[in-house]
Amino acid sequence: MANFYKDIPELKYHLNNPMMKRICELKERAYRDKDEFDYAPVDFEDAIDSYDKVLEITGEISGEIIAPNAEGVDAEGPHCADGRVQYASGTVQNLDAMVKAGLNGMTMPRRFGGLNFPITPYTMCAEIVAAADAGFGNIWSLQDCIETLYEFGNEDQHSRFIPRVCAGETMSMDLTEPDAGSDLQSVMLKATFDEKENCWRLNGVKRFITNGDADIHLVLARSEEGTKDGRGLSMFIYDKNQGGVNVRRIENKLGIHGSPTCELVYKNAKAELCGDRKLGLIKYVMALMNGARLGIAAQSVGLSQAAYNEGLAYAKDRKQFGKAIIDFPAVYDMLAIMKAKLDAGRSLLYQTSRYVDIYKALDDIARERKLTPEERQEQKTYAKLADAFTPLAKGMNSEYANQNAYDCIQIHGGSGFMLEYACQRIYRDARITSIYEGTTQLQTVAAIRYVTNGSYAATLRNYEQVPCSEEMKPLLERVKEMTAKFEACTNAVKETQNQELLDFVARRLYEMAAVCVMSHLLIQDATREPEMFAKSALVYVNYAEAEVEKHFNFIRKFKAEELEAYRK
Amino acid sequence: MSLKIVVLAKQVPDTRNVGKDAMTAEGTVNRAALPAIFNPEDLNALEQALRLKDQYPGSTITILTMGPGRAAEVIREGLYRGADNGYLLTDRAFAGADTLATSYALATAIRKIKEFDVIIGGRQAIDGDTAQVGPQVAEKLGLTQITYAEEILNVDKEKGRITVKRHIDGGVETVEGPLPIVITVNGSAAPCRPRNAKLVQKYKRALGAQEKAAITKDGEALPYADLYEKYSYLNIIEWNVADVQGDLAQCGLSGSPTKVKAIQNIVFQAKESKTLSGSDKDVEDLIVELLANHTIG
Repeated sequence: MANFYKDIPELKYHLNNPMMKRICELKERAYRDKDEFDYAPVDFEDAIDSYDKVLEITGEISGEIIAPNAEGVDAEGPHCADGRVQYASGTVQNLDAMVKAGLNGMTMPRRFGGLNFPITPYTMCAEIVAAADAGFGNIWSLQDCIETLYEFGNEDQHSRFIPRVCAGETMSMDLTEPDAGSDLQSVMLKATFDEKENCWRLNGVKRFITNGDADIHLVLARSEEGTKDGRGLSMFIYDKNQGGVNVRRIENKLGIHGSPTCELVYKNAKAELCGDRKLGLIKYVMALMNGARLGIAAQSVGLSQAAYNEGLAYAKDRKQFGKAIIDFPAVYDMLAIMKAKLDAGRSLLYQTSRYVDIYKALDDIARERKLTPEERQEQKTYAKLADAFTPLAKGMNSEYANQNAYDCIQIHGGSGFMLEYACQRIYRDARITSIYEGTTQLQTVAAIRYVTNGSYAATLRNYEQVPCSEEMKPLLERVKEMTAKFEACTNAVKETQNQELLDFVARRLYEMAAVCVMSHLLIQDATREPEMFAKSALVYVNYAEAEVEKHFNFIRKFKAEELEAYRK
Repeated sequence: MSLKIVVLAKQVPDTRNVGKDAMTAEGTVNRAALPAIFNPEDLNALEQALRLKDQYPGSTITILTMGPGRAAEVIREGLYRGADNGYLLTDRAFAGADTLATSYALATAIRKIKEFDVIIGGRQAIDGDTAQVGPQVAEKLGLTQITYAEEILNVDKEKGRITVKRHIDGGVETVEGPLPIVITVNGSAAPCRPRNAKLVQKYKRALGAQEKAAITKDGEALPYADLYEKYSYLNIIEWNVADVQGDLAQCGLSGSPTKVKAIQNIVFQAKESKTLSGSDKDVEDLIVELLANHTIG
């Protein structure tokens, strides 16, 4: 019986990261829930044990229900009838299992019916579910929209909406419109205040809305008449029970077929304001997107794992020229790099989620009491690290998912091109990850300031101080040199004071920073758990070093005048 | 309306994953070589019980199982899915029981539980495949039984009636019976729901007395010992023969008329096929042949 958690020991390794102690302490507020809730942990070991057990449930459902349903869900897809979405039959089963297992509202406080889990174990569940079926992963993972409602909604909204999500109702975030994709400042969905009914009314159209027929929606709409930019936008909560929003159609997509992507028509839909007016985009949606980006990073790692599993199994099984194809260097090279990218990307994902965990838990404590100066400093440090790492985790993992899915098909040869094998679904599903919730190009935009202001360089220098094993020391030396090249490139580009040139090479600088970070993380992992990570650390540093060298050469030799040749 | 439901469950060796060490030389199941699991059809039965509880809030589900100390795992698995409590029938005197002695022991325990509307279990266990225990329990308690159940369609406690869909050869049939009743559930019924995250966190430390003794036998302290006083549900109740006022002669090996004479490894092979007519002579010849090669008799 497949268990998508127990079968991947790397997950438990990351669950046992030393930072978890601080995270649990903050999230559990020194374990104060233990007398009020019979399922609350009494201490750190108890908390980790509970996360482990809940991950095991998620792994079991993923292995025994969601993965076996994935092919059927992909073929059947959801349907739109009378303005409503009907999920594929397998999706209904998946959702039922997850709800009965109580895996909704996982990060919410217990007083609302949640499990009060940190983001890190929740993100692990999201990875596991996505490895079984990335499309279903969307429907289930959109529960993390509740984080934003919890952060910015009022007490009354908390008590009305959070328990429903914990009980299994689904969510969506309604942002994109036909003319507002990456540029959300152009959102035009109209919000007007209805004085008579004392509520807001929404009118207009949203497009590409994942799980658009959800029970509870967070909607970005223009509340300030006459405005044209982001400052005129507010965030609203729309409750499907109120009616007024219909699904006009479901998109026909390349992948993630199980996840209904909807066009929504708002006709005088009753809605309520979440948080303050005008802060919709600049504050709340940014928070929402950061959570969603971590979610896509998790989905990407799940897909990378699925691609690796399929590729490895096929390479062991398939015999050509009298031996299994895995014995050919051309094939084991691909597999080793797939595994290295997977391990590196996963380390980056959970390092990021731990940073998010610490600052968010402190944010939450700050809602109850004043933070001490040390706590405020801690909050600031980790918030900054989380902001800097989230675009790396999302961008790099989504690219790696695509690369791994590509190589997975390549290992399958001609068979991989046929629709009988799971690798083609993984390939199609992976394709969206580097596009939605901000393309890789936009992740670069979000990250480049941390390149130019020296944040990544400073973090990399800190990582150089982390003690590593004797075996890893030569690798660490190589990463130091890679970091020096990254800094040299950054400085060279900055010195030109040419913004266009910086934008042009931004992706290269971003990748240099990212591969250096991941190299360090794998060296740390291999120091703690050499059996599990030493091979990947070596393979990854070999790969990363070549990547850095490539970008270093390009940037060093590139002249600003050459931009002309690239322009239209 | 609320119901009192008893689920009969058995911990069985996972015979679906049989390796070469599955049987001992003496012809009994080598339990050590196979992982112990919740008997699959008992999980189908538990799901039917949980659905009744969903439908009739306030209903309670009690897991009843017989086995060694480690069979408390079955009770925990039940609690993780929504059962309310459980009893582990455990005693050396219960060991080696065939279906007769097993149903005797279960029936005595059910009498001790006293209040019940529905007793439900799987059709059969994957280690013995007899499908006898459920029906025998019903006979011993003098209750009506519905076997091969696939779905409980309706319960009317006031009228004391239950309506059940049965899976039979070539179709389904819907039958009605009086409460209290014994029901055995088919593997074709709805699969059991997964373990619930909150319930797992609540009950993960629930232990039977023998399990606690195994942890503390080398002088180790029981982890989180104070919690067992704080939450009584963490102490899984064990009953021995005396607790259920069982007659020793009817328990375990001494109460089991079934004797295994010998056991052989058989490799199923279809070497040749033979077409028989329906004539008396052909049938007679076949019976003689089967008797001669000891396939029957």
